[in-house]
Order: sequence, then structure tokens, then C-alpha cells
Amino acid sequence: MASRTSSRGRRAARPRVAPAPAAPSASLDRTQKLDLYYYMRLTRSLEERLVNLYRQTKVIGGLFRSLGQEADAVGSAYALDRTKGDFLSPLIRNLGAMLVQGAQPLEIIRQYMAKADSPTRGRELNIHFGDLERGFIGQISHLGDMVPVMAGVTLSFKMRGQDRVGLVYVGDGATSTGAFHEGINFAAVQRCPLVVIVENNGYAYSTPTSKQTAAADFRDKALAYGIPGEQADGNDVLATYDVTKRAVDRARRGEGVTLIELMTYRRKGHAEHDNQSYVPEGEIERWAATNDPVDRFVAHLTGTEGVSPDELAGIDARVGREIDEATDLAEQSPMPVPADALTGVYADPPSAEAPWYRRGVASAVTAHERPAAWGTFNG
Amino acid sequence: MAETTYLEAIRQALFEEMDRDPNVFVLGEDIGAYGGAFKVTDGLLAKYGESRVIDTPISEAAIVGAAAGAAHMGLRPVCEMQFIDFISCAYDMLTNYVATARYRAFLPCPIVVRGPSGGYVRGGPFHSQNPEAAFLHTPGLKIVYPSTATDAYGLLKAAIRDDDPVLYFEHKYLYRRIKEELPGSDHVVPIGKARLAREGKDLSIITYAATVWKALEAAEQMEKEDGLSVEVLDLRSLLPMDDEAIVATVKKTNRVMIVHEDTRTGGVAGEVTARITEQAFAWLDAPILRVTAADVPLPYSPPLEDFVLPQTSDIVTVARQLAAY
Repeated sequence: MASRTSSRGRRAARPRVAPAPAAPSASLDRTQKLDLYYYMRLTRSLEERLVNLYRQTKVIGGLFRSLGQEADAVGSAYALDRTKGDFLSPLIRNLGAMLVQGAQPLEIIRQYMAKADSPTRGRELNIHFGDLERGFIGQISHLGDMVPVMAGVTLSFKMRGQDRVGLVYVGDGATSTGAFHEGINFAAVQRCPLVVIVENNGYAYSTPTSKQTAAADFRDKALAYGIPGEQADGNDVLATYDVTKRAVDRARRGEGVTLIELMTYRRKGHAEHDNQSYVPEGEIERWAATNDPVDRFVAHLTGTEGVSPDELAGIDARVGREIDEATDLAEQSPMPVPADALTGVYADPPSAEAPWYRRGVASAVTAHERPAAWGTFNG
Repeated sequence: MAETTYLEAIRQALFEEMDRDPNVFVLGEDIGAYGGAFKVTDGLLAKYGESRVIDTPISEAAIVGAAAGAAHMGLRPVCEMQFIDFISCAYDMLTNYVATARYRAFLPCPIVVRGPSGGYVRGGPFHSQNPEAAFLHTPGLKIVYPSTATDAYGLLKAAIRDDDPVLYFEHKYLYRRIKEELPGSDHVVPIGKARLAREGKDLSIITYAATVWKALEAAEQMEKEDGLSVEVLDLRSLLPMDDEAIVATVKKTNRVMIVHEDTRTGGVAGEVTARITEQAFAWLDAPILRVTAADVPLPYSPPLEDFVLPQTSDIVTVARQLAAY
């Protein structure tokens, strides 16, 4: 039998039963809406630049795309209040959320190129980094783990009586982990000011949602935790903003955790190497043609909002300039000094000791020790 | 001054640290109203209230994960594992998230994870474990395992004040059996320093936790019966490990055995042995010997448990061989 996903095709969001009260996005002004467009465009173009760099073997390791998911990352993060110190923990397809929170294209490119002056100094890959000041915290690869961590971050807000809210992203796959369950349950019991977003993009690596859960909808899982569960069209940036903003407001009022399922679609593979052989024929093309979040928002802006194509082209040009500048700078950045690998495991002692046979050695690997099959790094 | 038990010393340190620093809070299963399975946290809830003494769901990964998140924001959480055996449920969170946070993301993660550890109590396979070796090879963590009330008190204070994550193992057999006068308030024992529990010149026993007491018992017996002068080094910190103290005792007695309650293969003794051969091989007059638990899950019935765990008589047997080598 074909899986539910392939037999019925990816579903759009289930319609709301009751009509929503005035949508929070109704009070977004024109500048803010263009801001949303800017971040979605920046996400997409920056990833396209990274693909170019990847093909030039300048990206070290895998490259993860969020093509087709830009609206859910940007719209949800935009619902946080950065002036209040709201905080988020992104997942691998939430580059857009990090950009909204203040991450810079230069940081992203340096990260992907494993440079010495990247935010993690070459210790961690891709978008796995954070900044407590700007209010985002680096994810780890173990899916679901950031839910307990963000339960703790938001617990600290509650304990200190701070007017701050946290947002944590997981994918459909991460909902199957123990950490997801433990974390959301803990946060629900403690009424932490936390919003949990499940990005339902149809696949966890190659596994369709039908093999991830027997539940009809991920939002239904909220029932078991005694918290509200919402679902929205993740490819509609304003709908994503609305559903998240309501949850953020609830959290700020002390009403605890909300689980939000955002319906979207992963148009690229798990990472660039993945040929998506497991995807039913025509599915990707159908989403690209009929449900692209950037196209949809452009139609809204040029239609309902009366934004001229020239104005959008101006934003596109600005995005292009910013990415070009960032690329040029990142390419000039140095690679890390080998011995920096030993520093900062602990606050005290500040550095680990090198094994005796490495003391005084400046570069540990010579060319013959790294056959091409080990990867693209050749420095 | 009144004598304080090992358990009371832990509790006293918790009270004093919560008084000293409003960022310190405790979380764990049944630690509030009930006061903890062993009553270590008894009285904390009444004094500090529910926001600083948090009864959690049965979710070790969430306890440690939430502690990490709170620690990033400047708090100093102390997590209780109801039995340390359950720390394995948080293994991912500790080794992948907590231990790497500073290195990969420059995130401070000053948490303490403490809990009743060890056997000799007929607790069976899931209430007797010594999980230290499972974490010994995780850079980013610190591990302490005190054997005296003074060290229990002073190391917990050091652990709470440390800017890195510390696993604090407390031996449940010692909870109410060990008591002594504490050396005055606010005695902090530095992490990473061993303690010379008994001076000797003929051979050295390197050990930690409950087997410190068995080693001392064996040392006394051998002094009486064999006229041997046995040195006992209590490591008390396993990560970082006090190489200086280890090498010093090797150079002094030239004969070394390592005793621990944990199982043999891949245990702490192997690591200590490797360090000695790297740093003081020329000072050895005999092979390094180990007395440890047998490589089996710990059984429940007294004759079985007693047979598996290291006993004083085992230490005497091996020490005599070492002395005669």
C-alpha cells in the first residue's frame, strides 16, 4: 500500500473550525511586511549562494536548504519581540528565523566555510550557532534536545519574573524522540512561556510523516500535554505570523506552552547530497508551481498591498549586494589555527594539553594523509 | 562541635549555597514535598519555595536539558537523579549537549548533576550503579566522588560554584555510616585534587568513594598482620584527575594497586594505570594490579552481591601479592 503521503499527496492546513478573531498581522504596517519579504528573499538567495560555494567545494561538509519553507521560519520568528529579549532555538531549516533574530549573512557563510572567525571558530557546522545577546541558541544534531533546553531557558524567564518568551522549532521527525516528549511535558507542567513549533514538511530525511506517527495531525499531540494545539499554513507568511503571535502573546500573559504545527513542504533533500529518490513523482514540482511561499507573498504584496514590482526588485538588489559583500569577506577569512582546537573545553582549565607527540606541531596533517575520498577539504 | 553525617553534609552544603546565591536552585523527582528518596533535600522546599525547589516529571533528559537552558541564562541548577542509575536516561543530554556547550557554542553551562550511587546495599542491578566510567571520556564534564563527609560538603560547594558542568556522585552506603566534624563553615574542596587518606611507604592503594574505607580497613589489617606500611590515595576527583598526586605516591612506594567498586573492563583503574605507565613507569617495581567488581551486572541477593563487589579481604589478598612481588 502506498503511504498516506504519497497516496493523498501533501495536505494543506486543516481549516480552522471557528473563525479567528482579528488577525495580528492586520496591524503589521507596510514596512514590516516588506521586512518579511526581505528576510524570505535573503534566506532563499543566501542559500542559493551557498549552493554555488558548495559546488565550488568552498563549503565544507553538507549543505542544508530550506527552499519552500522560508515563510514558516520568517513569519514565526517575526512574531517574537526582540526589544523584550525574546529567544529562539532554530532547527536546520530555520535559517530565516535566525536572520530575523539578527544573524548576519557573513556569519552564515563563514560557518559553512569553517573559517577561524566564524561564530563557532570552526568548531561546529552550518547554522549550528547562537548568540545569547541577540537571543538565539545553537542547536545540536540530536533532534528534540532543544525542547528541554528551551524549557530551561524559559523556566529562567519565569523564575526571574522576566517578560520574555521562547520559541523552539522541531521537525515532524523530532516529535518521535523522547527528548521532545520530556521537554514539552516539562514545560507544560511548569507553564513555561514557550512556543513549540512543529514544522511538518513531509519528510524526516527520507521518512514520510506517515511512518513517523499514526496521529492524523501533529497539533493533536498538544491534547496529551494539556496545552493548546494550533495548525497553520506554513507557506503563508502572514498566517504563520498570526498563529505564532497569538501563542507568543499567550505565553507572555503567563498562560504557558502552545504547540503549533506549520504545514509546509521540503522541496530539497535532507541535504544537498540527497537525490530525493523516495519522493513520489511530480510532488516537488507541484509544490514549486502552486505553493511557493515567496511567490505567494509577492502576489499578496503586489496585489493586496499595492507594492510595485520595482520596489521588490530594489529589495532583491539589496539582498544580492549584501550576499556579495558577505561572500567576498568570508572568502578572505583565514582558516583556524590548529592548536585553537584545544582551547575552551572548560572555563578552567582554559586549554587542554596536546599529546606529547603533537607539542610544537603547527599543522597535523600533510597532503598524503587526506585522500580525496575523505571530503572536499584540501587546505 | 557535633558530628555531621555524609548525607547531612550534602544537605548542609545545599542550604548554604542556596542562601549564598539566589541563582542556585534544585530540581528532580520527589525532591520537594517528599524531600527526596533519601531525604537529602529535606527542608529545602519549606525554606526556598516551589520556584527554587522543583518537583519534576520522571524525565531525566528534561531535568538535565532544562538545567542546561537555565544555566545558559545565568542560573546555577543542581539536578538530582533519584538514583544515579537513571543518569543513563540523560546520557545524550549530558554528553552531546551539556559537555559540548562551552566548546562548540561558548555557552556557559554551570550545572551539577548529583545522585545516590553505588552498591553494598542489596539494591540490585538498577539501584547500585557506579556510572563514572561512562562519563570519564567525555571532555567538557567534571566528575567528583567523595568518600568523607568533609569532602561531600566541600566538593558540592566547589561543584555548584564551578563554571562547568559537574557530575557529583554520592555513595549511598556512606550516607549515614560516615560522620565526622566538619572543618568549619564554607570549607570548599578544590576539584581535581586527590586526598592522601593514609600515609605509607611499602605500597599504594589508589581508590575513591566507598572502597576508600575498605582500603583503609585493609591497610590497618596489613599493618598489624604483615607489618606493611600501606598508603591510601583517595582520588575524590576523577575528571580532572590528579596526576601529580598519583605520580607522587608511585614514586614513594613503587608498588601500586587500584581499587574501585565499578566493574573492571573500561573502568577508571585502566585510565589510572595508563597514566602511571606514561609518567612513572621507571619508578615501578611491580605490575599495577586492580581490585574491582567482576564484569557482571550487579546482582541483588547478598551472597551474590558480596561475591561480585570488592571486599576488604580481596584488597588484602592482592596487596600481599603486590608487596611480595
